[in-house]
Amino acid sequence: MTAATISTVQLAPGQAAWRRFRRHRLALAGAVIILVLVLGSVFGPYVLPFDDTYIDIMKRFAPPLSGAHVLGTDELGRDVLARLMMGARVSLTIGIVAMVIAMVVGIVVGAFAGFYGGLVGAVLMRLVDAVLCFPTIFLLLALAALTEPGLVTTTVLIAATAWMWVARVVEAQVRSLREREFAVAALAFGSSNLRIMFRELVPNAIAPIVVAATLNVAKAILLESYLSYLGYGVQPPAASLGNMLNNAQIYLTSAPWLAIAPGLAITLAVTSFNFLGDGLRDALDPRMNIP
Amino acid sequence: MARYVVNRLAQAIMLLVIVSAIGFAILHLAPGGPLSQFAASAQMTQEDLDRVTRQLGLDRPLPVQYLDWFGRMLRGDWGKSYRDGEAVLSVVSSHLGATLELMATATIIAVLLGCWIGILGALRRYSLFDTLATVGAMIALSIPTFWFGLVTIYVFSVKLGWLPAGNRHTIGDGSLLDLLHHLIAPAMVLALVETAMWGRFMRSSMLEVINQDYIRTARAKGMPEWRILTVHALRNALLPMITVAGLQFPTLLGGALVAETVFTWPGMGRLFLDSIGYRDYPVVMGILMFSATMVLIGSLLADILYAVVDPRIRVG
Repeated sequence: MTAATISTVQLAPGQAAWRRFRRHRLALAGAVIILVLVLGSVFGPYVLPFDDTYIDIMKRFAPPLSGAHVLGTDELGRDVLARLMMGARVSLTIGIVAMVIAMVVGIVVGAFAGFYGGLVGAVLMRLVDAVLCFPTIFLLLALAALTEPGLVTTTVLIAATAWMWVARVVEAQVRSLREREFAVAALAFGSSNLRIMFRELVPNAIAPIVVAATLNVAKAILLESYLSYLGYGVQPPAASLGNMLNNAQIYLTSAPWLAIAPGLAITLAVTSFNFLGDGLRDALDPRMNIP
Repeated sequence: MARYVVNRLAQAIMLLVIVSAIGFAILHLAPGGPLSQFAASAQMTQEDLDRVTRQLGLDRPLPVQYLDWFGRMLRGDWGKSYRDGEAVLSVVSSHLGATLELMATATIIAVLLGCWIGILGALRRYSLFDTLATVGAMIALSIPTFWFGLVTIYVFSVKLGWLPAGNRHTIGDGSLLDLLHHLIAPAMVLALVETAMWGRFMRSSMLEVINQDYIRTARAKGMPEWRILTVHALRNALLPMITVAGLQFPTLLGGALVAETVFTWPGMGRLFLDSIGYRDYPVVMGILMFSATMVLIGSLLADILYAVVDPRIRVG
């Protein structure tokens, strides 16, 4: 027996998870792409000599690589790369903030439903089932029609249509963890119900919660693009990856580059978060990791 | 069996009540509530508004209003469109055919292609085909449907000129061939996500079945491989796909809305978006409730059908 095999046997759970994650090359690629997208959208606009909302009507529809504008210009002569960077900043922010809100709501609802069970649990989970009956895009658009569109509304609405999945995951976890010794012990020590729920049970369900959070970001970015493309999300002149495609269909014949760059950026971002979520699931939950 | 169906039906009715309560709440969240259409008009005085409020029964307690509204929904009275005064139910049903046509075509493509990819992927696990299919499915699930639609229009309509860029048929041409020609692109776009989903579920269902003991037994007694696959493995692996069909329904409806928008397909999804544009709340609420009810019925039917073909469900 060599030293190497001994060390694998004695790996801490965190190290073991990291090893499994590293084996998942697509998840690793996803993580790297997300990092590049975040850095690009945070620092890119400072490096680029163009402003994302600067209109130069003399230079409209400049094709990519035809001069100073690397990705060309749009119908108002705005630099596409600058808008892409600001759009990615907006879309990623919406995706992450909507995920955080959805996680908080989902964890609270799931924890209460799973911990108390009985009537409370049944009522909360039937509410989850009922909201899930509405096709997401229909519900999102109906709610958007009733509110003033904008950055904050878009974020809140996306969160409002995404928390149910988290609630289901957390409810199932909390319901099964509730019967375990450490939870019973905490009860015997006289811990309050709230403390047991959020200090003992939820932290022990962290692996599926992290996976759900990652996949939730992917979903939120996708939903933002749908909503903004249809005109009910982020409003111009502010750019988002979705609303950059809003006008692209009209100019599809004459200026196809307007549609290509933002669409690729959305696909890249969403695919990366999905692969990352997949890799995290394999890494954090060895039981699901069937060889 | 009868007990299972009654149980499941009771659950569905309870869900429908909660769904309708959510729908009612959303309707009352509208700016001005159900009165917004009158409040927007400049000629209406406060007195007029009060009179309308009384006429429509909006001064009654909310629970009474809800029961009244729910009762009328059940009887098929879904209100009138603000736009042309037509009954909401007839507006919706006149657009339903186009949507169902699109959804049915996409589902047929997705089930055939997805199941084939999934089965082959499971049988040749970790082969190049399986890896490509898995990665491809993940990318297909991540592409915004409307953008894939734009790319399709650019490639097949603008560049190649093979397919029309939108609409259900050429004006003045009602032939079946023309209809099918227009159907190809939107159905393909809608089928992309569905195919990926079916492929993923089929693959994992097939993998679960071919590792079962009875498959090994069949092999051990010398049964030919094709017979094992078709008679034993496939029959059992296809059963859970009934549930998948039920679960897929909301995604399919949402995808249809997007595909209809990109391809100016005159279906329910497009009607929904147009109605939102006109702030035509009765139609918006009607379609929202209709889509949720369809999802509910879809999952109910899937569960009952599953119990019919798989006795383990109703006993267990």
